[in-house]
Order: sequence, then structure tokens, then C-alpha cells
Amino acid sequence: MEAEAAKFIGAGLATIGLAGAGIGVGNLFGQFLSGALRNPSAADGQFARLIFGFAVTEALGIFSLLIALLLLFAV
Amino acid sequence: MATKEGGGLDPIHQFEVKSFIEIIVGGVDLSFTNVSLFMLITTACVIALMALPTSGRALVPGRWQNVAEMCYEFAGNMLRDSAGASGMRFFPLVFSLFMFILIANMLGMFPYFYTVTSQLIVTVVLAMIVFLTVIIAGIRMHGLSFFKLFVPSGVPIYILPLVSLIEVISFISRPVSHSVRLFANMLAGHITLKVFAAFVVSLSALGTVGIIGAILPLGMTVAITALEFLVAALQAYVFAILTCIYLNDAIHPHH
Repeated sequence: MEAEAAKFIGAGLATIGLAGAGIGVGNLFGQFLSGALRNPSAADGQFARLIFGFAVTEALGIFSLLIALLLLFAV
Repeated sequence: MATKEGGGLDPIHQFEVKSFIEIIVGGVDLSFTNVSLFMLITTACVIALMALPTSGRALVPGRWQNVAEMCYEFAGNMLRDSAGASGMRFFPLVFSLFMFILIANMLGMFPYFYTVTSQLIVTVVLAMIVFLTVIIAGIRMHGLSFFKLFVPSGVPIYILPLVSLIEVISFISRPVSHSVRLFANMLAGHITLKVFAAFVVSLSALGTVGIIGAILPLGMTVAITALEFLVAALQAYVFAILTCIYLNDAIHPHH
């Protein structure tokens, strides 16, 4: 197999990692909503922590996207 | 897409580093590049944003002074909530990092402006500043008992070496994830923007049907631009809040 073809296949495989980010972020917001529906007054106080948790979870998905982009454009 | 398409339509062309003034000192390339230029512009914008409105020192702030005060209080509250009153000695560092990354990300959203945080070396330097500050501050404040950070309490003695090794590895991986998070978010965001913009151009080249169909990637480009503004601000906030958390670990080591 030539290197070009292998790069494209590798880039496609690397995007599978984004599924984990989707599960993580969905889990996070789902739990937040479920808690917020039980205790709406406490929800706004935790919003900053929610956004921080979203960003660090999303980062792991972006790491796998980074591998895909590196394979496509930089290797 | 790995090769250059016609007319610079590839999404990597925007990250090209062009040097304006060649400066080579002893084999090391210290040229003044477009990256350097935009870092200077970022610094000038931050200084202008903070210094110009507050020069009047009005007791009831006008609009711009209010913006400067809001940025100051936001960063101050973030640091005080994470690291306590004794952590406020690091406020200049945290505030500078937060404002620099925020303005650098926002400046990158303008067309034809360079996003300096989309270069790995820039974010690695910022993360190493934080990492070295954490280590040096921790050792200066607590001496060698700073390294008790890697020995959590309540661990049975026979797996202590393994747990300590895992703690050290996870400590070393902090600047890696700290820098790559910001870098990858900015890089991926701008590449996505360019890819959708290239779709608009390549669809419109197909005649009138193409131009009508090009409205779809155009709408997507608008949506992704809005998302990129959010991500730009969010990544600056996440970088700063993680800095505050790491500084808290150094100042108040939990045994």
C-alpha cells in the first residue's frame, strides 16, 4: 500500500476517537440537565464548572481530530 | 486534500509562517515573522484595552472602563476561587495569560489575520511558563516536601511506588495536555472554517445550480464562525482556570 493511501485510511480511523468525546460531552450535559431539573436554583451556580468540564472533555476529542489533521496535512 | 489545490484553496495555506525581517544569530533563526507581528499586535491591543479606558479613573465607569474592570474582576475572581487569597500573588501571570490568549484567539477570527495560538510552539511556551512557575513556586514555598505531591495519603505501602510513578507521569503530562488543548482547538477550528469556505468556492464554480447549492456551505460557514468565537473565548477561560488549579496544587499541596 502506498504511503498516501495509508495516510488517508489512518486519518479516517483517527476520527473514530471523536465518538468518545461525543459520549462524554453528552453524558456531562445530560447529568447537568437532570440535576438542574431537580434543583433549578442551584443550577446557575454550577454553570462555570459545567463549561470547564465540557472544555476538558472536548479536548480529548480534539486530540484525536488533531491526529487526523496531522496525517492529512503534515506527514 | 493533502496536495495543494488550485489557487491556494487548501486549508493549510493560512498557517504558513512568512518572515518579514530576516534575523539569523549564530545559526538560530530569530526572524521577525507574521507570527511575531501578530503577537505584538495582541500585546498592543491588551495594553490599549486596559490602559486607555482606565486613564480617566472615573468612579462610575463608562463603557470601555467597565469592560476593562470586568476583565480584571473575572480573572481575579477565578484565581481567588481556585487558589485562595494567598494565590493572588500570581494574579499578574494569570491575568496576562488570560488576556493574551483571549485577544490572540479573537484577533485570529478576522479574515487574513494570523492566529498565533494555532502554532504549537506558542502554546507550548505558554504552558511551560505555567509548568515552571508551578514547580519553582512550589519548591520555594515548601522546600523539598513539594514532592510529597506525588505521594498521596492513605495508599497501602506495597503499591506506593506504582502510584507515585503514575502521579509523576500524570504531572508531566499536564503541560502537554495544557498546550495541545489550546493548539488543537484553534488549528481544527480554523481548518474547518477554511474547508467549508473552500466548498462554497468550489460549488459556485459549477454554474447557477452550483451557486444556489453553495448557500448550504455558506450557512455552515456562518454557523462554524459563531462556534469559533465561542471556542476562542472558552479556550482562553479553560487555559486560565487550569493555570489557577495547577497553581493551587503548588501553593496548597494536599497530603
